[in-house]
Amino acid sequence: MSEPPGIEELQNIANKMRLDVIEMTTAAGSGHPGGSLSAADLMAVLYFRVLHHAPDQPEMPDRDRFVLSKGHTAPVLYAALAESGYFPKEELLTLRKLGSRLQGHPARGHLPGIEVSTGSLGQGLSMACGIALAGKMDSKDYYTYCLLGDGELQEGQNWEAAMFAHHRGLNHLIAFVDRNRLQISGNTEEVMSMDPLPEKWHAFGWNVIIIDGHNIRQILEACAKAKESRKNPTVIIMNTVKGKGVSFMENNPDFHGRACNPDEYQAAVAELKAVIR
Amino acid sequence: MTAPKLAQRTYYGKALAQLGRDNPQVVVLDADLAGSTKTISFKKVAPERFIECGIAEADMIGIAAGLAASGKIPFASTFGVFASGRCWEQIRMAVAYANLNVKVVATHCGLSVGPDGATHQALEDVALMRELPNMTVIVPADAYEAFQATLAIADYIGPVYMRMGRSEFPVCTPEEKPFEIGKATVMLKGTDVSLIGCGQMVQACLEAADLLEKEGISAEVINMATIKPLDLDAVYDTAAKTGAVVTAEEHSVIGGLGSAVAEFLSEVRPTPLARVGTYDTFGESGSADELMKKYGLTAADIVREAHNVIEMRDEKS
Repeated sequence: MSEPPGIEELQNIANKMRLDVIEMTTAAGSGHPGGSLSAADLMAVLYFRVLHHAPDQPEMPDRDRFVLSKGHTAPVLYAALAESGYFPKEELLTLRKLGSRLQGHPARGHLPGIEVSTGSLGQGLSMACGIALAGKMDSKDYYTYCLLGDGELQEGQNWEAAMFAHHRGLNHLIAFVDRNRLQISGNTEEVMSMDPLPEKWHAFGWNVIIIDGHNIRQILEACAKAKESRKNPTVIIMNTVKGKGVSFMENNPDFHGRACNPDEYQAAVAELKAVIR
Repeated sequence: MTAPKLAQRTYYGKALAQLGRDNPQVVVLDADLAGSTKTISFKKVAPERFIECGIAEADMIGIAAGLAASGKIPFASTFGVFASGRCWEQIRMAVAYANLNVKVVATHCGLSVGPDGATHQALEDVALMRELPNMTVIVPADAYEAFQATLAIADYIGPVYMRMGRSEFPVCTPEEKPFEIGKATVMLKGTDVSLIGCGQMVQACLEAADLLEKEGISAEVINMATIKPLDLDAVYDTAAKTGAVVTAEEHSVIGGLGSAVAEFLSEVRPTPLARVGTYDTFGESGSADELMKKYGLTAADIVREAHNVIEMRDEKS
């Protein structure tokens, strides 16, 4: 067994995933790079440090589960799966193409490592509740992690699920909110305000941890703290920057749902390659 | 000897209780209607595997999907309007697209729900569910068949929608006959006209066959308890034999059993056909019997349509 990657290495992996995201979405000519880039640091931490999983045994019964509720950011999930060895990296460039296992949104049964199908927003937390509840019923120790978008929280079903998770004491359920404050039409607070977001989760009975979602150490510490909960589910609200890592994509809602053009692609790749070791 | 009048949901509850004792993978979810859907019978024998979701049907479907993804066999129940409509898109993505082993079982379907009125009378649910890829759609004829079908879908791996009514009505199937998904049952052999029914309308078809027999018309009655996958051989064979078909369902004629039969026959063996069902309308409050009469879902309506299709066939020849 090799040593688990340290903070610098995790940061490097996150940036490699960012490069993957740019490569994939550009090759596809479409996709959702902005929210993929904002979640890259979390995904690197989860797939290379936090998750108990075995890429060569995707069905391992006691594995930790990950649900990407904001399914449109499938590119960063595919990048994490490929970087950690679920399938060959070359396959990333088939994203969104006919016959590919890398569907535009994650599809269970198509690709190893995809637990459920997501993409229609607001449903992942309910599915994660079901997975966490199954573990609890069977006295399993696995954790279920669920990544939510912040705009996605406008879907009411999330709050049904939040009630349920607290009601059933699903302490092995850990949710992340990628709080990048942008959705397709613009600022979340202008489209449909989410603030005060921590108070909403508190009111639903969840433990709330607020971190800088681009600080690897804070992500690691928050995950460790969340796992200490003996009673309630935990939400980790990650303040993030949409498009993080590529200067002209940062905080630019235009890149919520479109890929780079050739010039942008060159610029993005140059920026990312400059920071990747 | 008159057949006992029994509610399907009561026998659904009995079957769930049996599964609660026999199959540790079965879990049951409900959305604050356990007393009405009778999932409460499961709760009594396996309370640790009964999952109350509160009045949150969309969440219930997502939870069921998660449970199925973890190896459980979830039965999620509520009234048909909510089960098929409120969470249609949840069923579409989380269950059907993911091809997860979730059983959505609806009670209180059709006009016979009665006084609660149109908001609670699902007349569109079969159409909504039939449309979904990977989905199996079952409409048992009576309480006994509901019991057997519940056991059968627990053994079958894949998404299922099963539809039941609210009221008590006479049973017409054998109590002990195991249910075969996708297999129609010939309830009565005949040569002049085919009556293909599902749910409570199978009983109405049998009554219609009695009435027709008195006029010297031999009706074949088929219980099409699986709407999808449709038993194509059974439809073809009976249509080939009689050349005149009436379908009967307690559901809109748009998208339900009648549509399924018409779509198939019009492609492979165009046959004079009439559909008994509701015609692009909501229901209303009233007693079950009053509503079935008003909206044309009685044995007399089936007899009238039988005459029509026989006439159409004979004009053609």
